Amino acid sequence: MRIDAQAIAKRFGDFTALEDVTLEVPEGSLTALLGPSGSGKSTLLRIIAGLEAPDSGAVLIDGTDVTAARPQERGIGFVFQHYAAFAHMTVRENIAFGLRIRKRPKDVVTARVDELLELVGLMTWAGQRPGQLSGGQRQRMALARALAVEPRVLLLDEPFGALDANVRAELRRWLRRLHDEQGVTTVLVTHDQEEAMEVADRIAVMHEGRIEQVGNPREVYDHPASDFVMGFLGPVSRLGHSLVRPHDVTLTHSPEGEVIEAMVARIVHLGFEVRIELELPDGSTAGAQLTRAQAEALELATGDIVYARPPAGVPIEPSLEGAPGGPPTSAARAADLAAIDAAES
Amino acid sequence: MVISRRATLSARVVVLIYLGLLLLLPLGVVFERTFAHGLAAAWGWITTPAAISAFWLSVIIAAIAVPLNTIFGVGCALVLVRSRARGRKVLDALIDLPFAVSPVIVGLALLLVYGQTGWFGTWFAHQGIRIIYAPTGMVLATIFVSLPFVVREVAPVLMEIGDEQEQAAATLGASGWQTFWRVTLPSIRWGVAYGVVLTTARALGEIGAVLVVSSNVAGSTLTLPLLVYQRDSQIGAGEISGAYAAATELAVMSLIVLLAMTVLGPRRNETK
Amino acid sequence: MGIATLYLSVIVLIPLAAVVAKAFSQGLSPFWDAVTNPLALKAIGVTLAVSVLVAGIGAVMGTLVAWVLVRDEFPGQRFVNALIDLPFALPTIVAGLTLLALYGPDSPFGLHLAYTRAAVVVALLFVTLPFVVRSVQPVLIELDREVEEAAASLGASNAVTFRRIVLPALRPGIMSGAALAFARSVGEIGALILVVGKVQIASIVIFADIESDAPSAAASLSVVLLAISLIVLFALRWFGGPRGGH
Repeated sequence: MRIDAQAIAKRFGDFTALEDVTLEVPEGSLTALLGPSGSGKSTLLRIIAGLEAPDSGAVLIDGTDVTAARPQERGIGFVFQHYAAFAHMTVRENIAFGLRIRKRPKDVVTARVDELLELVGLMTWAGQRPGQLSGGQRQRMALARALAVEPRVLLLDEPFGALDANVRAELRRWLRRLHDEQGVTTVLVTHDQEEAMEVADRIAVMHEGRIEQVGNPREVYDHPASDFVMGFLGPVSRLGHSLVRPHDVTLTHSPEGEVIEAMVARIVHLGFEVRIELELPDGSTAGAQLTRAQAEALELATGDIVYARPPAGVPIEPSLEGAPGGPPTSAARAADLAAIDAAES
Repeated sequence: MVISRRATLSARVVVLIYLGLLLLLPLGVVFERTFAHGLAAAWGWITTPAAISAFWLSVIIAAIAVPLNTIFGVGCALVLVRSRARGRKVLDALIDLPFAVSPVIVGLALLLVYGQTGWFGTWFAHQGIRIIYAPTGMVLATIFVSLPFVVREVAPVLMEIGDEQEQAAATLGASGWQTFWRVTLPSIRWGVAYGVVLTTARALGEIGAVLVVSSNVAGSTLTLPLLVYQRDSQIGAGEISGAYAAATELAVMSLIVLLAMTVLGPRRNETK
Repeated sequence: MGIATLYLSVIVLIPLAAVVAKAFSQGLSPFWDAVTNPLALKAIGVTLAVSVLVAGIGAVMGTLVAWVLVRDEFPGQRFVNALIDLPFALPTIVAGLTLLALYGPDSPFGLHLAYTRAAVVVALLFVTLPFVVRSVQPVLIELDREVEEAAASLGASNAVTFRRIVLPALRPGIMSGAALAFARSVGEIGALILVVGKVQIASIVIFADIESDAPSAAASLSVVLLAISLIVLFALRWFGGPRGGH
């Protein structure tokens, strides 16, 4: 089932959560809404679900305008970051809830719940309460519960945010497999760019209430539409006017071609790769990522002067000579922070 | 703070003596006097026709007041915590009123509204309905004084659990009513239970207001607390034994309530 | 919302409005006379004095009780803790009767306090015991011991630590409990009606006025009493303090 969000706007008091957001979610896809906190991604998801109402704009599911419809009427499944498990019911009763509400016959309910318990691997826990389950198990239960009523659309609000790193990684892979099997149109909200790239078919990168770019993982990583997108999806180094990926930076001892002079501030050995932290003439820092072989060939030491070259076709503006010096530009700083956020999550 | 052993022991002793003198000793004296003339005599005092009907009247009044205040309490808590209606803050403040009003004032208030010369008194008199000096007035008084307990116990629990479970139920297709029965109510049941216990205790023990609106006629408007008062007010040592007996009966009932409070108390914020 | 307001109005608001109306039914002047006559003033004065005393003693003893229940450990402690709720569970008339038994003319220990202010104070201490204890307990439980340990490591004696660190933290709970105890004392009747004798307590005077068919006088004094409790309770609400619930 296709989802269309058209010109959605939403404010909370003085704060603009969403501004003129239009997004198409193709049928059967797994689309990620990716962005930092405050970007509006959860708000957009909740508006699609009907848990919030937009100030203006429309939501269509499979061509039908559901903007005025309540969540009960939209045929959606929703998974919350903190599970929203029915604490007083067993796992089985939780999963059965949607079906019991619809007054399905007992045997149908039991069969379907068993099917889902198998699917999510919780059959042995069926009689337990959510309080006795681990976080990962609770989330699997929440997924099963949402899938029980065969929703047209599955919406997940940072589903793995409350879990440990390794559980998160495992559940990520499991979710992707599940999606491949079940094929339900899915929208996933996350602030973790690695998660988005690993799981999603399409990524909508959001920033301050707007969609910056929509595309498949390769597109948004290799051809970012803006500095923000580039910085959010991966590490960046600012060489002059352009942002480049650290592993795309070439270092040489001779100043040929379009290069920028840099001093080696620090050499960090990360096993197979070596990260060179550089200090540029205007005082800003940039990073280059080299393989061990490349680093050894260069024989770098701290304090050396080297020349950093961006990949072919990426210009460095002549601003480097006339650079007034002083602190890095705010855009570069923002890119650094975005890179740090992405690495930390 | 590291307190010396001596100071700790002294504090403990002081507290235990204080509590013993304040709480236990008086009760002890009453129990002793109740059974001073033997178990049979005591039993006799609480099985007189007046005593039996007083017991049942107390129970019936509570049986009316408690469910009404429970329904109001849960509904009110939902309004205060979950809705966005205007005037919630005012409602919240007003709910505390019964705590601020002396029971005798409650009695006076009902007298002024439903009494013979009261605001609605004449209308009710025309309909042949007696409110004051009849059980109805006593029920109204009891509802007044025991009103806030359920609200005050349920509201914090509702706030604590948040509405995510209810949102989840909505996404799974549950209507408002289904969500309330299957999700909200079960998760607040301990808070409701504790509130019910407190309401019941207050309802059974009411005396100040009913003293004003009751005609103190055994069999129709005499509750157990009123019976205690009546028997004590009577001159003559004989009746006072009856007062002690009835008081003991009430004390036993309240010990059951206390037990319920002790068991439910720690669980009242539980949301599972 | 509407239903809740309707229920509240019928049960609580309309009757209270009737009391206020009756108090002023003959105008401001008769109201003023009713509340400033010597009997009324004495009743108000005695009631206030007694209530303040009870709140004060209750604050001190209640805090001590809470302290022993939280920081100490002894066999039977859970029983004692449960006992604190007894005044909530027990009908006030029974409380009054027990105190009459102990301090009245038939007192087994020859303590003839009944019909004096002392008896009134004791009765009110009984009834208001849980307020301070239950207000202070949760605050005491939440108190971070590490702060006290830090104070000790900096050289503070127990007295100093208590005065400067612990007491300020407990103050909201103590004040809230004391205010509730005060408001309750001002209006209490059930526990007092048997032991009060000739002591002029406002609620008893109101009752006497009702019985002697002087509803206006009763209403006038009621309005004063109501005003006092409402001021205390709303001040409590305004200045925060833990939500005790009772």
